[in-house]
Amino acid sequence: MNCDGVIRRVSSYIDGELEATVVEEIELHLKQCQDCTILVQQTRLTVHLYYDSDLVDFPVEVQARLHKTLRRKIDESRK
Amino acid sequence: MYCATLAAQSIQPGLLANLARTLTLSTPNPHRLPSKVAREDEHLLVAAAKSGDISAFEELVNRYERKIFRLTMNITRNREDAEDAMQDAFMKAYSHLDKFHEDSRFYTWLVRIAANEALMRLRKRRPNQISLDEPIEGEDDFIPQQIQDWGPSPEQRYAQTEMRDILRSVIDELPPDFRVVFVLRDVEGLSTEETADAMGISEAAVKSRLLRARLKLRQKLDRHLRQDGKH
Repeated sequence: MNCDGVIRRVSSYIDGELEATVVEEIELHLKQCQDCTILVQQTRLTVHLYYDSDLVDFPVEVQARLHKTLRRKIDESRK
Repeated sequence: MYCATLAAQSIQPGLLANLARTLTLSTPNPHRLPSKVAREDEHLLVAAAKSGDISAFEELVNRYERKIFRLTMNITRNREDAEDAMQDAFMKAYSHLDKFHEDSRFYTWLVRIAANEALMRLRKRRPNQISLDEPIEGEDDFIPQQIQDWGPSPEQRYAQTEMRDILRSVIDELPPDFRVVFVLRDVEGLSTEETADAMGISEAAVKSRLLRARLKLRQKLDRHLRQDGKH
């Protein structure tokens, strides 16, 4: 396995989707390649930082309009 | 009344606390804990809502509205579209509750409905920017040119609000094709199969786009998080 092979599999590798033999090949390469080791760590951290992250505000007026609209539509649908 | 009940229950739960929880963990391991929204009583609420109990549906709305708005905003990047998509998603969920099979999670089902609503609006605004089918096998522009260490716990060098701004600006730079897959898989925690299903693309396409999205994000974050970027 070379650097290109690791880069193309880094996503599946951190998700644990690869077969054991491929994982072994990657980890053998990682022992010898600092750049790829850093790449794997940083890709993991990237995923970690974004997972379930609250980057969007939920304005009260948006919430109020949602409740008002749902109430109206549900009331209409039950008539 | 429906509105009064919703308003009474709709306390905005710790936005910053949630962010803090996400950002202050320094272990670079994206181990997936069960989402906090997967509460044990979800199936009871869904069963009650299916039998016509409006207050049970209200509770489901209260529980998930913030996350659904986050999803539709992350996909459309347009507040008006995001709001419409969220409203239509909840209404569709209400109208089609009888079609929901309780062998899967209600939240996942709701996310798929909301993702579809948001994608429909995104495609209307940007008809040429969202591919429906095969993996994007373009140039290898995602191959990293230069790798630099970010140092230990790079995220802790930033205030939470500063980090939030960085993450938001970086994800905004992703092309829509990549952003949508990344949001569904890595922000909302859907599986590859669920993401493929929600987007109407193959699982191979999801994996291909996810790889590129993650590498592009890593590269863009590198500008901010590398050790010599800020001390």
